[in-house]
Amino acid sequence: MVKYIIKRLLLCAFIILGVSMIIYFLLRIMPVQYLEEQFRTQLDMGILKEEEFNRIKALYGLDDNSFGGILKGYFTWLGNFFKGDMGTSFQTGSPVAYEIKSKMGISFAISFVSMILELIIAIPLGIKCACNQYGKLDYGATVVCMTLTAFPTFFLGNLFIKWFAVDLGWFEVGGLQSSSLPIGVSGAEKFGDMLWHMIMPMTVLVMLNVGSYMRYQRTNTLEVLNSDYIRTARAKGLSENKVIYKHVFRNTMIPLVTVMASTLPMLFGGAMITEEVFAIPGIGQTAYQALKVGDIPLAMGYNMFIAILTVIGILLSDIMYAVVDPRVKLGK
Amino acid sequence: MEDTNVEKLNTPLPEGDGGTEQDLHGENLTERAKVLSPAATVAKRFFRSKLSVIGLVVIIALFLFSFIGPLFSPWRGNGGAIPDTKNVQPIGTVDIKRYEVDGVVYETYDVVYDLPSANINAGISKDHWMGTDASGYDVMTRLMYGGRVSLTIGFVVIILETLLGVVLGGIAGYFGKWVDNLIMRIVDLLSCIPTIPIMLILGVVLDGLGFAASIMKLYIMMAMLCLIGWVGTARLVRGQILSLREQEFMLAAKCSGLSTAKKIFKHLLPNVIPQLIVSMTLGLGNVILMEATLGFLGIGAPLGTATWGNMINLASDAINRQFYPNLWLGSGVCITLAILAFNFVGDGLRDAFDPKMKR
Repeated sequence: MVKYIIKRLLLCAFIILGVSMIIYFLLRIMPVQYLEEQFRTQLDMGILKEEEFNRIKALYGLDDNSFGGILKGYFTWLGNFFKGDMGTSFQTGSPVAYEIKSKMGISFAISFVSMILELIIAIPLGIKCACNQYGKLDYGATVVCMTLTAFPTFFLGNLFIKWFAVDLGWFEVGGLQSSSLPIGVSGAEKFGDMLWHMIMPMTVLVMLNVGSYMRYQRTNTLEVLNSDYIRTARAKGLSENKVIYKHVFRNTMIPLVTVMASTLPMLFGGAMITEEVFAIPGIGQTAYQALKVGDIPLAMGYNMFIAILTVIGILLSDIMYAVVDPRVKLGK
Repeated sequence: MEDTNVEKLNTPLPEGDGGTEQDLHGENLTERAKVLSPAATVAKRFFRSKLSVIGLVVIIALFLFSFIGPLFSPWRGNGGAIPDTKNVQPIGTVDIKRYEVDGVVYETYDVVYDLPSANINAGISKDHWMGTDASGYDVMTRLMYGGRVSLTIGFVVIILETLLGVVLGGIAGYFGKWVDNLIMRIVDLLSCIPTIPIMLILGVVLDGLGFAASIMKLYIMMAMLCLIGWVGTARLVRGQILSLREQEFMLAAKCSGLSTAKKIFKHLLPNVIPQLIVSMTLGLGNVILMEATLGFLGIGAPLGTATWGNMINLASDAINRQFYPNLWLGSGVCITLAILAFNFVGDGLRDAFDPKMKR
């Protein structure tokens, strides 16, 4: 097991190295040059001389855009990355690690709460549907879930904003804080206001994702229901309730736990489009802005963050599989 | 002679004919014993599920709407929608001013009006079933043309992705050893690349290379999507081939001295095709969603081009979102319907192909 994990970790390091190289090169050949945008007026007016601008570019490490130059830039970035330094964001001037850390909280809160809600709805519903396969409830739930899953995030989000925020006026259009909130309100009031703003994005996330969990749980339950040990449990004369909640339910947790582990990047990485639609200053929106204006260190940092989370998520789900299910042995 | 032949043939036929027809409605014991070809079994099971039939009908309807629909539209130009310049409505404001001079009230009317070159932002009317947009284009016609792009892209991307995945996954699964190792590491690498950020970067890069105004941009981006997206198919094919390789019929194929190509294409791949068809159908919805997402973020097709993604992009503008829902509601519904329909059909196919299915 330990040997397997070490082997996998080495592989992860290799994957992350590859991903970082691809993303760095793509970012560097991006024509949106943050510095050019920033200093354009000064350059045009002649306040800033060409040599001075080149010196600024060199300061940022962006002066040489040939292949060799990009390669050199990559290794500089990689060296700093190993030292735990991901550079400073062009836009805010604060370290990338700090940017990610400070924006992650709100994204995590939204994703985490909606995931809990999704599971609370999906698990019982999935089991119920599987127990009455092809029943009315099963049919109805399947249709509803598939319809919800088919909605594109931005479509549902915009419909919500139009209906519930503007037409009905129940919620604010976006952001995390009401503009009408007086200065100097208590922390609890501020927190309540924030929660009120998070209701819409959370509802959208739950609606979009509950379907896949529900169907997954249903399939798992069906599989478990058809297994031999359930027949044994029934043959022993256990009540149907005991069979379902003690034997079936527990065993459906095995695949579910592994799936949960692989949602790690979604949990911490933020939902980019949902955050963009509802103007939530989470990590997803920050990364989107960074990518749009060519803030290379921040974009690089975000992408690496996601890649590392993905790799860890996959590894974790494999390990969890062996931990939860004693029948599975890791490593060949 | 001929007459008797026909008669002879005719006598047993009614039973048989009636039998196949009865199959579809209700089965009796004799019919159940009848042997159906695998394809017929799958078709029968597929059409028995209401949801998959609904899905199929919706897909056909969307295709007819996009490919045949524009032919009936009066706003069809040469290869695209044309703006409505006929029913131009003046956009005017009337200013009423009151003066009081020597106890008499005078009222003056200032009429300022502007004649735009096209009938812009028209509401829903008989001429324009979904109104017109800010440039005077008929929204419904644009929706049809948009469907052409979005649906075509969905199919092309999914076919290319599957081809790449089948070839590379097949090679990895069949040859094993270092080939397998190499290909699977590439698969691992690609599956860790976050798709939307990469597409965002690519979109900007292509803009910079001068593709901003041409539809080529969308094609190149979709080609890139294929380059990232084949990994799922490759994993599926490899896994299947790894297990099939060890089965007896492969040993038999080896013993009869078949060539490698024949073994792969005649004996291994046909066994993977059911799963491939299912994953392709389910994947189609994803590609359409991807195109729409790119359009929504404004990095897909060039801005003037009608695609479902570009049309829903209008919803991100607060004024359009609130006052002109006719501009974006249609494309949103179309995207959702397309994804839903492909998912229904994919699900139906999966159940139909599954030999363990009881019903």
